[in-house]
Amino acid sequence: MTPPPDAGATTLSGSHLGRPPLVLVVPGAVAAALLVVPLVTLVLDTPWGDFLDQLGSAPVLAALRITALTSAVTVLACLVLGTPLAWLLARVDFAGRSVLRAAVAVPLVLPPVVAGVALVTALGRNGVVGSLLRETTGLTVPFTTTAVVIAHTFVAMPFYVLSVEGALRTAGERYDVVAATLGATRWHAFRRVTLPLAMPGVVAGAVLAWARSLGEFGATITFAGNFPGTTQTMPSLIYTQLQADPAVARTLSMILLLVSVGVLAGLRNRWLTTS
Amino acid sequence: MSSTTPRRTRTSRRLAATAAAVALVLPLAACGDDADGSSDTGGGAGDGAGDTTITVLAAASLTETFTTLAEQFEADHEGVEVELAFDSSATLAGQAVEGAPADVLATADSRTMDTAADVLAADPQVFATNTLVMAVPAGNPADLSGFEDVADGDATYVVCVDTAPCGAIWAAIAAEEGVTSQPASLEVDVKAVLAKVTGDEADAGFVYETDAVAAGDQVETFEVPGAEDQVTDYPIAQLDQAGDPELAQEFVDLVLSEAGQQVLADAGFGQP
Amino acid sequence: MADHLVTGSEEALSGPGRATGPGLHARVRVPGRLDAEVTAAAGSVVAVIGPNGAGKSTLLGALAGTTAMAGEVEVGGRSWTAPPLAVRHRRVGLVFQDQSLFPHLSALENVAFGLRARGRARTPARARAQEWLDRLGVGELAARRPRQLSGGQAQRVAIARALATEPELLLLDEPFSGLDVGVATALRIELARHLADFAGVALLVTHHALDALTLADEVLVLDGGRVAQTGTPRDVAAHPLTDHVARLVGLNVVADAETNRSFPPSAVTVSLRAPEGSARNRWRASVLSVVPHGDAVRLLARTDGAQELIADVTPEAAVELGLDPGREVWLTVKETSVRTYPRTASMRP
Repeated sequence: MTPPPDAGATTLSGSHLGRPPLVLVVPGAVAAALLVVPLVTLVLDTPWGDFLDQLGSAPVLAALRITALTSAVTVLACLVLGTPLAWLLARVDFAGRSVLRAAVAVPLVLPPVVAGVALVTALGRNGVVGSLLRETTGLTVPFTTTAVVIAHTFVAMPFYVLSVEGALRTAGERYDVVAATLGATRWHAFRRVTLPLAMPGVVAGAVLAWARSLGEFGATITFAGNFPGTTQTMPSLIYTQLQADPAVARTLSMILLLVSVGVLAGLRNRWLTTS
Repeated sequence: MSSTTPRRTRTSRRLAATAAAVALVLPLAACGDDADGSSDTGGGAGDGAGDTTITVLAAASLTETFTTLAEQFEADHEGVEVELAFDSSATLAGQAVEGAPADVLATADSRTMDTAADVLAADPQVFATNTLVMAVPAGNPADLSGFEDVADGDATYVVCVDTAPCGAIWAAIAAEEGVTSQPASLEVDVKAVLAKVTGDEADAGFVYETDAVAAGDQVETFEVPGAEDQVTDYPIAQLDQAGDPELAQEFVDLVLSEAGQQVLADAGFGQP
Repeated sequence: MADHLVTGSEEALSGPGRATGPGLHARVRVPGRLDAEVTAAAGSVVAVIGPNGAGKSTLLGALAGTTAMAGEVEVGGRSWTAPPLAVRHRRVGLVFQDQSLFPHLSALENVAFGLRARGRARTPARARAQEWLDRLGVGELAARRPRQLSGGQAQRVAIARALATEPELLLLDEPFSGLDVGVATALRIELARHLADFAGVALLVTHHALDALTLADEVLVLDGGRVAQTGTPRDVAAHPLTDHVARLVGLNVVADAETNRSFPPSAVTVSLRAPEGSARNRWRASVLSVVPHGDAVRLLARTDGAQELIADVTPEAAVELGLDPGREVWLTVKETSVRTYPRTASMRP
C-alpha cells in the first residue's frame, strides 16, 4: 500500500485527509453560485444580435474611449503618486503616520457618491482648492476629463497604496539596510532594490486600481458630470441607458465585461505569470 | 414575515431603491403572498400603529407634495399607513411591471406610465403638469440675463440626460429654439441638475418649476421660451397588484381633489 | 593584492579618505544591550565570541550605523560618530549569516551593486564585480540568481560583494553557520586567504573556536553586553574566563577566589564511589548528557555546586559505569593537569 515516493506526493494530501466537510462545501458553493449566476444570466440575457451594432455606435465608442483613457491615466497616477505614498507609509517613521494610513483607507468604505460630494467640496468651483484654482488660473475642474481621472484616482488609489505598502512591508527593511551599507542612497536603494522586490504588489495594486477605475460611476457622475466624449464613461452610459432601454444597457454591460476580462487575460499572460 | 403580509412590510421602501434589488427579492415576496393567503386587509390587525398600509410609487419630483398628501390621507383614514417610494419614473415603472408590491403609481410623464400599461388597474389620469425653467444659483453669479445667454453663450450649464423626461423636454426645446451651445453635463435626473446649480458648480440648469420652488431662495429662475409647448403631464393610476383597490382609489381621488390640487399648486405644479 | 585595493579605491571612490591611521577604536553603548570598547589595528581580524544575547550583532549594527548607539566610533583616524556619518558613507562591508543577497539580481549584479551605488559606471563596475567573483572561485556563476546558488556559493558571492566596495571595516556575522561542515571548512580556508590580504579591520562574529583560532589575530569575548575578555586566540583558548569560551575550546574552568583553574576533559576521571584526594579537585555530579566525541565518549555533568564540567571517557568505561543521564558520579582531576591563572579581563602581556 505504500505509494511510490514521487507519484504519491501530490495526491496524498487530498485523498488521505478525508472528504471536504459539508459545512465548508455548502457555503462555498452558495458563494460561487452568487458570484457566477448573475454573470451567466447577463450573458444569456444579452441581445447578441445588437451587439456589434451597439459596439460600433458613436456614443459607445466615445464612452469606451473615455473609459480606456481615464482608467489608464488613473493607473499611471497611482504608480507615480501612490508608490511614493506607500513607501512613506511603509518605511518612514513620521508623526501621524498611523492616522494617515487610516485616512488613506477611508475611500475604500466611502459610498462613491459621498466621495463625489467630498471632491466637490475640495475641487468644485466653490471648493476650498477649486475656488483658489479658479481665482488664480481661471481653470475649473468639474465637467472635464481631468475631473473623471481625479475621481477615479480618489477611489482607486487606496487599493493601490495598500497593496504596495503590504508588499513593501513583506519585503522588509533588511535589504534596504544592506543597500545602505553598500553605499546606496535611499533613492538608489528604492529604485534598484525596494521597488523591484515590491513589484508583485505593484502589479496587483495596479490591476485592482484599474478594475476599480473601470467600474467607477458614483463619484464620477457626482463630481465630473456626464457628457459624451468628455466625461461619460461606460458605467455612466450604462446607467443612463438603463433609464431608457434596459436591453441596450445589458448589451453595454456585456461590452464592458468583455473588454475588462480581455484586458485582464492579456495582462495575466504577459505580466502576472512571469512575476 | 409572519404578522403582516410581506408586501406591506416596511422593507418596501428599501426594496424600491433599486430595480436590481427588487428583481432579486421578488420571488421571495411572491412566495410570502401565497403563504399568507388572502388576509390582505386584516393581516396587520395586531399592529397597533397602522392596521392597513398602502404603498405609493411616485416620481422623485413629487417627494414634497406626496409626503404632504400622504399625511393628509393618514389623518383622514384612521389606521391606514401610506408607504412612499420615490425614484426616477422609469425605475418605478420598471418595478411595477416586475410586480413590486405597490398600490399606486405616479410618474412624471405619460411615456413612462405607458411602459407600465400591463399592470395598471385603470386608465391613468393626469393630475398635474410641470414646465421647464432655467434656474441659476442665488445671486446669479454668472450674471446671466436670460435664456439667450445660455443658448448662444459660453455659460456652463447642465441639463437632464435625454433618457430622463426632463432631458427629453430639454432636447425638444433646444431643437425648437435652435440652441447652439453644449451643456457641460447631462445629469441623470433633475435633482442632480438642481444640485449642480445650488452648489454653484454650474452657471445655470434646466429644472422643473416645482424643483425651483422647492429650492426656495437657493436659486433664481428665468422663463424658458417654448416651455409652455413642452409641458409634462403627471399621470397617476392604481396597480393590478393593489392589495386594497378601494383605498388605492381613494388615494388617487385625494390627489385629484381640490385639496390635493391646492397642495400641488403651492409646490409649483400646473393644473392639468 | 593590498596594493591593488588601494589603487582601486583611489580611482573609484571620492568619499572619505582611506584608513591610514591606527585601525578601529570604538566605545559603543546601546542602553540595555551593550557597553563595550573595541580596539583593533589596521589589517587585523577580530573574532567576536559570546553566548546568544551577549551583544555581538548589536556591536556590528552599531559600528555599521544601523543600530542607534551612544559613544564613539573611529575608523582609520576618522570619526564616524562626531558628526554622525550616514550608513552609506561608512566604508563598511557586511556579510550576514543568511547572505542577504538581493534576490532579484544576479550574482554579478549583486557584487556590482556597491560599485554602481558609489557612482562607478556600469561596464567597469561589472568587470570589477566579475574579478571579485573569480577571486572567490564563483566566477562562472555570475549570471545566476541567489536562489539558484547553494549556501556556500551564495556566501562566497556575499563576501565578494562586501569586499568589492573596498571597505575599511569588514563585518562578518556568523558567515559559516547554516553551511555543511565540508562547505564551511572550504570557505573558512578561502576566507583566511582574503582576510590576510585585507587592509582594513575585520570583525568576525562566530560560535566556533576553530574560526577564532584559524582566522583571528584577536579575540573579543562578550558576555551580557560587556567585554569579558580580550587577547590573542591562543591566550583566550588557554585561559578562558567565561564558561562559554571554556565550552567552545573544550576546557573545564573552575573559579576560585582570585584565580581560574582550567583542565582538559581528558584529565577528568569518572567513578561511582567517592575517590581519595583533595576536595578542591573532586566533585559530586549528575550526568546531563553523553555523546560520542572522536574515539571517546564526552560526558557533560552538573556538580552539586551547579558548575557544568565535561569529561572524556572510553566507550568501554561509559558502558561499565552505566553513564546515562541522571546518573550520580564522582569527577576527579589530578592537580598536575590543572592550569591556574588570574581572573582578570585582559590576558595581554
